[in-house]
Amino acid sequence: MNPMFANLLTEPVGVSHYVVVGAFMFTCGVLCMATKRNALGILMGIELVLNGANMNFIAFGSRYLRNDANSLGLDGQLISLFVIVLAAAEAAVALAIVLNFYNNTDSVDVDRADQLQG
Amino acid sequence: MDPSWLPFLLATAWLVPLFSFVFILFVGKHLGPHGKNAGLVATSAIVFSGVCSFTALFAVWLPNHPVHDASHHGGDHHEAAHEDEGHAALAVPMKLVAAEGEHAESGHSADGHSAEAHHGEHANNGPEGYKAYTADWYELGVFGSLKLSISYYIDALTVGMFCMVSLIASCVHFYAMGYMHDELHDFTDPEVTLSNGENLKRPGRYYRFFQYLSLFCFSMFGIVIAGNIAMVFVFWELVGICSYFLIGFYIERKSASTAANKAFIVNRVGDFGMLIGLMALWSSLGTFAFGDMTGPDGETEKGMFSLLRTEENDYHLQPTEGMLLEGGRFGESATSESAAEGGETEESPNKAGWWLLLVAGVGIFCGCVGKSAQFPLHVWLPDAMEGPTPVSALVHSATMVAAGVYLVGRFFPVLSPEALLVVAYIGCITLFVAATIAITATDIKRVLAYSTVSQLGYMMLALGLGGWVAGMFHLITHAFFKSLLFMCSGSVIHGVHTNDMTEMGGLRKKMPITAYTMLIGCLAIIGAGIPIIGPGFSGYYSKDAIIEQAFSFGSANPTHWILQWAPVAGAFITAFYMFRLWFMTFAGEPRNKHRYDHAHESPRVMTAPLILLSVFAIGVGWSLPGTDLSVVNLLEQARPVGTQATTSGEILTALTVPDEHISHQPEFKIPAGWAAFLTASAGVLLATLIYLVQFGPRPAELKKAFQPIHGFLTNKWWFDELYDWIFVKPTKVISGCISWFDRGVIDFIIHSLAAISKGVSQVFAVLLDNKIVNGFVDTFAKGTWDTGVWLKRLQTGSLRQYVMFIAVGTILLFVAISFVQNI
Repeated sequence: MNPMFANLLTEPVGVSHYVVVGAFMFTCGVLCMATKRNALGILMGIELVLNGANMNFIAFGSRYLRNDANSLGLDGQLISLFVIVLAAAEAAVALAIVLNFYNNTDSVDVDRADQLQG
Repeated sequence: MDPSWLPFLLATAWLVPLFSFVFILFVGKHLGPHGKNAGLVATSAIVFSGVCSFTALFAVWLPNHPVHDASHHGGDHHEAAHEDEGHAALAVPMKLVAAEGEHAESGHSADGHSAEAHHGEHANNGPEGYKAYTADWYELGVFGSLKLSISYYIDALTVGMFCMVSLIASCVHFYAMGYMHDELHDFTDPEVTLSNGENLKRPGRYYRFFQYLSLFCFSMFGIVIAGNIAMVFVFWELVGICSYFLIGFYIERKSASTAANKAFIVNRVGDFGMLIGLMALWSSLGTFAFGDMTGPDGETEKGMFSLLRTEENDYHLQPTEGMLLEGGRFGESATSESAAEGGETEESPNKAGWWLLLVAGVGIFCGCVGKSAQFPLHVWLPDAMEGPTPVSALVHSATMVAAGVYLVGRFFPVLSPEALLVVAYIGCITLFVAATIAITATDIKRVLAYSTVSQLGYMMLALGLGGWVAGMFHLITHAFFKSLLFMCSGSVIHGVHTNDMTEMGGLRKKMPITAYTMLIGCLAIIGAGIPIIGPGFSGYYSKDAIIEQAFSFGSANPTHWILQWAPVAGAFITAFYMFRLWFMTFAGEPRNKHRYDHAHESPRVMTAPLILLSVFAIGVGWSLPGTDLSVVNLLEQARPVGTQATTSGEILTALTVPDEHISHQPEFKIPAGWAAFLTASAGVLLATLIYLVQFGPRPAELKKAFQPIHGFLTNKWWFDELYDWIFVKPTKVISGCISWFDRGVIDFIIHSLAAISKGVSQVFAVLLDNKIVNGFVDTFAKGTWDTGVWLKRLQTGSLRQYVMFIAVGTILLFVAISFVQNI
């Protein structure tokens, strides 16, 4: 086995583990966006991507993981909350677009939404 | 009143018509119905001018400068002169041209200039008795040594002319208020037929007529009061333009507009000569002013008259240093030759100076020839009768045309004997030619027009012969009786609605006032009076004075005998045609029954001026009972300094211009008086025989018998045709050639140039613009377009692909960065 992964498995939980989970979620999100034809699926992919990013914020912002006794370690969490709010707003807008799209085409297949092609 | 009032009074008289002009110009249309009150405005303005002028004469001039009988000169001059000295002290800004009589007995310096040899015993050549006030009112500008200013020059002549002009102008204004009443409503011009066969109908122009009259009065006063020749020239042109407007008053008539143009153009010919004269005078004398001006700094600037007639030279005409210099430039070769010979060095430039003086004099006279309708340029005046009759009475007989004579009189001190001879010959030819044409004319106004030309010739002749007072006196008397005659003829035209005398006759019974006032005018113009002893009508005095001077001149210069006898012959013809006119119009049987029945006497506003003027036509030559006050004596006061002496020519040494006072001696007075009386009587008798008592051959038979002469005269000596052949036709031919040159050559060159530039620009368009400039821009645009089209393929519109692009792009970016960092 690759020594790097071996280390991960043996070490106590730290930043690296969070980052790996975040990267996994991000990759899953991107793959979801790239492969799903259903617009709702794509929205889910977006959520995954955003939350993967949030994972990183929390990991790097955490007081314990950083071993920094002087900070409160809330900055990462605050930005994550911010991202969640933004994601909610974005989801609301996106769902409105999807609804309109559905009204016009009777489907939520994004491959059929190619009117903007050059 | 103090003499310092003179400029103020005369300036008021001068400017009031200007205000009237401006007022009518702006609001004339709204002065009462059809501008009726404009006539009142203009008339009251000129009457006010008249009051000012007569106040200036009787309340200012005469108390300060009492007139003396011209026939005896004595010590009383000194008294008068000393009296004036006191007034001169009061009039601080004014300069008395007269040097206060000290030089009266200054004798003749004996260093013998040739002119002085002829200085007669009778001559009082000094300035005693002569007074002139002159100063600048306003300086228009100084350009180097050229000074242009509004100035005044007031002597007895100025004051007299102001009175004459304002009096006649007032009469004419009153008369015109009646005569022009047709213009008070929409006017149908019977002489203008439109293309649809109807007569022209236009709104009345009553107010405009008075507007022009006011402008004319202002300009005429301006000429008279002007203190320098440049100002005279300005007002000279102003009266010219007024004359143009007034001749062309019925502008819709072709004949009127042509006549106006003719008058204007012919006058320009004369004015060209006048400009040459002005240049000659100014370049050699360096001043335009007539008299000596005292500036505010107390320095005296010498005027033309005193420069040319210096005190040192006993007021004899003498070219100045500047003239000798200028003259020397022209005669340079001659001077150098004579310098080589020695001795004659002074003579040659001196002669040249006299030539320059002659050029200047004749040049100024050219302007007068145009304005006063003298011989070569007389053709415009008869045509000018197209204007309304009041205009003929005021502008074209009494005042404006007399301005030429006035200017010769004013310039008299500058004219050399040779220039005077030119004046005399022109006047002589004019008086004879015009008088002969008047014999055959049948248009009542044209007869009077030629009579005017002829009388102006008389005045010029008198001035040219040295009879200054005779000429100016005739100017004044003629103004009265000729304006009377014109207004009578206007009254006739107003009554019978035609100018043609062959349709009149017997009108005496229908319009008695017009008939008898006109008879007075005729008697005045022929100079009726008891020979030698008088009394007589005004013309008797002035015409006899001219003929006396002609006799005096003739005896001094036997070679110029024609100048002696032409006025006598003229007197005969004048008497004949004037009485022909009167008999044809007022006596005998009516030739046109219809017109006779409709004839009527004119309204009182027209006959009253006739009566007033006829009083003046009779009495203006008389002296006021119990005093020495008369026009002659007033004019004698105005005789220019130094022009009384007998002088002889410098170029034509045989020429002698005699002292005017010699002509009053019995040896000339008696034969001249009898000659004038007998010829005039013969003329009247002949007219009576032919036209009244119908004795001898009838006019029609005479016409047949003298067909060639009659044709020659009715065609006005073929002058119009001659000028048409000499000037108009060649001008048209030349302008035709030039027009061809313009179109054929100049236009061809320009068109070729245009074609060449067009071709060249086309080449440039193809080569430079299309190929290079457009090519570059097009290529650039195409490249951009192609890039865009190629890049368009990336925009698939598929969301999933975009995500792929983003992911792959990010990965590639990381790969690239890791490569770069590893290096």
